[in-house]
Amino acid sequence: MSATVTAPPPSQPSAPPPPVRPAPARRPGGRLRRLLGHGVVQAFLAVVGLVWITPVAGLLLSSLRSANDNAASGWWTALAEPGRLSFDNYTALLGNAGITRAFWNTVLISVPTTVLVVVLAALAGYAFAWLEFPGRDWIFLAVVALLVVPVQVGLLPVAKLFGQLGLFGTIPGVVLFHVAYGLPFAIFLLRNYFADIPREMLEAARMDGGGEWRIFTRLVLPVGRPALASLAIFQFLWVWNDMLVALLFADSSSQPLTVELQSQVRQFGSNIDVLAPGAFLSLIVPVVVFFAFQRHFVQGVMAGSVK
Amino acid sequence: MTTLTTPVGAAGPRRRAQRRRRAIAAAFVLPALLLLGALVVYPVLFSVGRSFFDATGTRFAGGENYAEMFRDPATLTAIRNSAIWVVVAPTLLTGLGLVLAVLVEKVRWATAFKLLLFMPMAVSFLAAGIIFRLAYEEDPDKGVLNAAVVGVHDAFTGASSYPSARPRDDQGLREGPDGSYGTAGAVPPGRTVNLGLVGVPPGEVPARAEPASTAEAGPHELRGAVHLDFTPGGGGRPGAIDAAERGLPGLTVEAVRDGRTVATATTAADGSYRFADLPDGSYTIRLPAANFAPPYQGVSWLGPALVTPAIIGAYLWIWTGFAMVLIGAGLSSLPRDALEAARMDGASEWQVFRRITVPLLAPVLTVVFVTLVINVMKVFDLIYIIAPGPVQQDATVLATQMWLVSFGGGNDQGLGSALGVLLLLLVVPAMVFNVRRFRRSQS
Repeated sequence: MSATVTAPPPSQPSAPPPPVRPAPARRPGGRLRRLLGHGVVQAFLAVVGLVWITPVAGLLLSSLRSANDNAASGWWTALAEPGRLSFDNYTALLGNAGITRAFWNTVLISVPTTVLVVVLAALAGYAFAWLEFPGRDWIFLAVVALLVVPVQVGLLPVAKLFGQLGLFGTIPGVVLFHVAYGLPFAIFLLRNYFADIPREMLEAARMDGGGEWRIFTRLVLPVGRPALASLAIFQFLWVWNDMLVALLFADSSSQPLTVELQSQVRQFGSNIDVLAPGAFLSLIVPVVVFFAFQRHFVQGVMAGSVK
Repeated sequence: MTTLTTPVGAAGPRRRAQRRRRAIAAAFVLPALLLLGALVVYPVLFSVGRSFFDATGTRFAGGENYAEMFRDPATLTAIRNSAIWVVVAPTLLTGLGLVLAVLVEKVRWATAFKLLLFMPMAVSFLAAGIIFRLAYEEDPDKGVLNAAVVGVHDAFTGASSYPSARPRDDQGLREGPDGSYGTAGAVPPGRTVNLGLVGVPPGEVPARAEPASTAEAGPHELRGAVHLDFTPGGGGRPGAIDAAERGLPGLTVEAVRDGRTVATATTAADGSYRFADLPDGSYTIRLPAANFAPPYQGVSWLGPALVTPAIIGAYLWIWTGFAMVLIGAGLSSLPRDALEAARMDGASEWQVFRRITVPLLAPVLTVVFVTLVINVMKVFDLIYIIAPGPVQQDATVLATQMWLVSFGGGNDQGLGSALGVLLLLLVVPAMVFNVRRFRRSQS
C-alpha cells in the first residue's frame, strides 16, 4: 500500500481506444456484452444503494409519524400520505428534560475527551519522536502494546478506583476513562506521523534558538495538522457514539444520549415516537461531521480501525 | 588539558542541560503516561489477578473461573456465538467489499455510492440498533423486512384473503377435517348454489367487492355466489342474498365429485362463480382451506434461531462501506497495465477479476479481514440493543456475556474478569499483525 502508483482515472466506456495499437481481436458481440454488463452493474449497485438507504429512511419517516400511526402501520405507508408527517415528535423530544440533558451530557463528554486526547497524545507523540530520554523506545513499545486492551477489561477495576475517588457517576470520570483508552492509539498515530517530519526542519528550528515548546507549537503542530484533524474526528466520533463506557460510569444525571435512549429500548414498540427521533438526534451530529469533513473522516476511520 | 581544567565547570552545565532536557521530556510525556498507568495498565493487572479469585473476591480460586467458562452453558453459548461472528462477519464483509469495490469503479456515480455506503460508519451502534429493531419488527404491517418477505411470498403462493370467515351454523355448509367448507348435500348441474359466510370484519372485505348477485344456472353448469351473509344494520335473512350484502371476491371454489376435485373457479367481484360444461352427476361445492388459512406472517428475525444472523446483517450494513473503501484504495494502486493487457488479450472481466485482481489484492484483503476480526471480537452495543430481552441469552457473545456476568445481575466479578482476560488474549494476535503492518506502511 505504501507504493501508491498514481492511478489513471477509471476507464470511461466512451473513451476512444488508443490509436497507436492496432484494433485488438475481440470476440464478436463483445462490445454489446460489455454494454449489457454495464447496465447490469448499474442496476445491481442501484439496488444495493436502495437497500442501504432504506433503513435510515425508515427511521426518519418513523420519527415524523405520530405514535398512533406507528402503532397502526409501517412507515412506508407515509409515502402515500406525506401530509400526515409532522415535527411534533421532535418538539416533544426537545421539551423532554431527560433527553435534552442527555444531549448536553453527550457534548460535555465528547468535546473535552477529544481535546484532551489530541493534546496529550500530541505532547507524548512529539516526545517519543524527537526528545531524548532514557528508555524512550521501550516505553513507546509498551504504549503501543496497550492498543490490545479492550475497554471491557478496564471496566471493573476502574469502576472500583473511581468509586474510591468519588469520580464514579460523574462526567469527569467518563471523560478520564475515554481519554485513557483513546491515548494508546492516538500516541501511536501521532508519533509515527511526527517522526516523518524531516530532521533538518527541526534542527534548523533548534539552531534558531527555539525551545522545545516553541518548536512544538510553531512547527510540529502545524505540520501535523492533517493527522491531528483525522485523530480528532475519529476520537470525537468514538466517544459521541459510545454506549458501553457511559452505561457503567455515568449515573442518571450524567448519562449521554445513547444511555438515555437504550434505557427506553427495553419497551421497544410502544415508544417509537421517542426512540426514532432520539436516535435521529443522536446520529445527525456524526453524519454532519462526516459530510463536512469527508476526507479527514475517512482517513481517521481508516487509521482508527487498527484499534 | 581542557578536560583537566574544566571538570566542574563544563560537566556541571552539561549535566544541568541534560537534566533540563529530561525534565522537558517528562513534562511532555508524563501526563499521558500517568493516565495510562492508572486507568489501563493497573486495571489489566488487577483483572488478571481478580480472575483467579471467586465471585466475592475473598477466596483464591486458581483456574476455576477459566474452567467454569467452558462448563457454564451461558458462557459456552457466548463462545460459540463469538466464533460464528468472527468467522462469518469478516468473511462476508471482505467478500462484499471486494465485489462492490470492483463494480463501483465501472459507474460514474462511484463517489456518491461510496459516500452512501460509508455513512453508517458515522452512526452509533445504538442508532443502528434502533434502525434495525424497526426493520426487523415481526409484524409485516410494521417491519419493512417482513413486509418485503410477505410480499414476495404472497406473490408466489397467493394470499389467503379471509382468515376469519366461517359459515353460519345450519345453513348447508359443513367444515371438512382439513379446514375446508363444503356443501352438506350433493347437487346435479343446472342448480344455483349460493354460499353465505360470516365473520369477515368490514375492513377485510376487499374494496373491489360489489353487491352479491348471480344468474340462474344453465342445464350443464353450476353457479352461484359466495357472499357475506350479513346485512349491516340488521334485517337480512340468513342463507339468502339480501340487497345490502356484498360478494366475496377472490375465493377459490371447487366442484367435487366422488371425493375428487373436477373443476375449480375463482369468485368475481360480485362473489359469483361458475362451473361450465359439467358432466351429469352430483357434486358438492367446496371452499378449500387455503381460503381461510391464517396469512403468512414472515420470518421471526429476532427469535432465538435467527437473532445472530440478523444482528450480523445489521453489522454488515455498518461496515461494508469501510471494507469497500479500503479495498478500493488498494485497487486503485494496482498496475493498470496488467489489467488492460489481459483485457486486450481477450480475457473476460471474470477472468481478470479471478486471475489478476484478487491475487494482487491479497495483502489488502488480509488487512481488511484482520481489522474486522479485531472489531467483531469487541462488538457489544449492537447485540445489547437489537436482541430483545428474552432472546439476549441466545445472542450473547463474549463482550456482552462479560458485561452480564459482571454487572448485569450475574455479579460474579471473578468469572467476569476471566472473560475479559480471554477477550484480551484473543485480540492479541490480530493486533500484533495489524500494528506491524501499520508501522511498515508508515516507514
